[in-house]
Amino acid sequence: MDDLGIVIAFWTLSGLTVGSALLIVVTRNIFHAVLALIVSFLGVAGLYVLLSADFIAVAQVLVYAGAVSVLMLFALMLTPRQARNNAANYLEIPGLLLSLVIGGLITVAAVSTDWAEVDDDRGFDATSRLIGEALIDKWVLPFEIAAVILLVAMVGAIMLVREDQ
Amino acid sequence: MELTVEYFLTVSAALFAIGLYVALSKRNAVGVLMGVELMLNSVNLTFIAFSRFTPADNQITGHVFALFVITVAAAEAAIALALAVVIYRLRRTVNVDELNLLRW
Repeated sequence: MDDLGIVIAFWTLSGLTVGSALLIVVTRNIFHAVLALIVSFLGVAGLYVLLSADFIAVAQVLVYAGAVSVLMLFALMLTPRQARNNAANYLEIPGLLLSLVIGGLITVAAVSTDWAEVDDDRGFDATSRLIGEALIDKWVLPFEIAAVILLVAMVGAIMLVREDQ
Repeated sequence: MELTVEYFLTVSAALFAIGLYVALSKRNAVGVLMGVELMLNSVNLTFIAFSRFTPADNQITGHVFALFVITVAAAEAAIALALAVVIYRLRRTVNVDELNLLRW
């Protein structure tokens, strides 16, 4: 992956992703934080495209940038008395230290390890067929369990927010 | 310039650290959930990056795992936000500072 366009796309997309994630931290209004989160999700989807994962990129846009962020906006609107602020709680300083330490540790481990990576020029083949075959062949049991989890989550969410009679 | 897997892992580590900070430090319960989603996203990015840099006949494993993570994250978001709405109805707040019902 040393094509100039790919390198430019990588730096643009990762800057967009990390920058809007930082915007979530600093913005004062929590609605703006959700909007920055959507931009961050879209940046990650772009990185997936860069990594030749077309199906996962589309799933990311549909599920995260579509469904999850709409759920978050709905939850914010259904809690109206909650001031729209994005303030920090009493864990602000310890949380900052802990996340800096953990992020630094992960970065050091990722950079200093010899990953024995294979960088073949694999183009942009459609992966949806391969994913579909893998889901009903090798991973059929997790696939069915995921279906049950989704059903339980849907029924549970409806049961929780239903007004009592 | 050659893009290797380390670049993607570094971006993923940055996303994870930001997500961890957001999840730990936000006062609004929806903000905490946003941090959790960011962390799940960074882990997914790691899966996809590693699957891109393995031999091509092996790459689909990482994609399938990322797909399962997306599925579970969607279910978790639905349940967590429903819980936020319910706790708002009961206590008139979703500030995690003020929700100390389970503290002994």
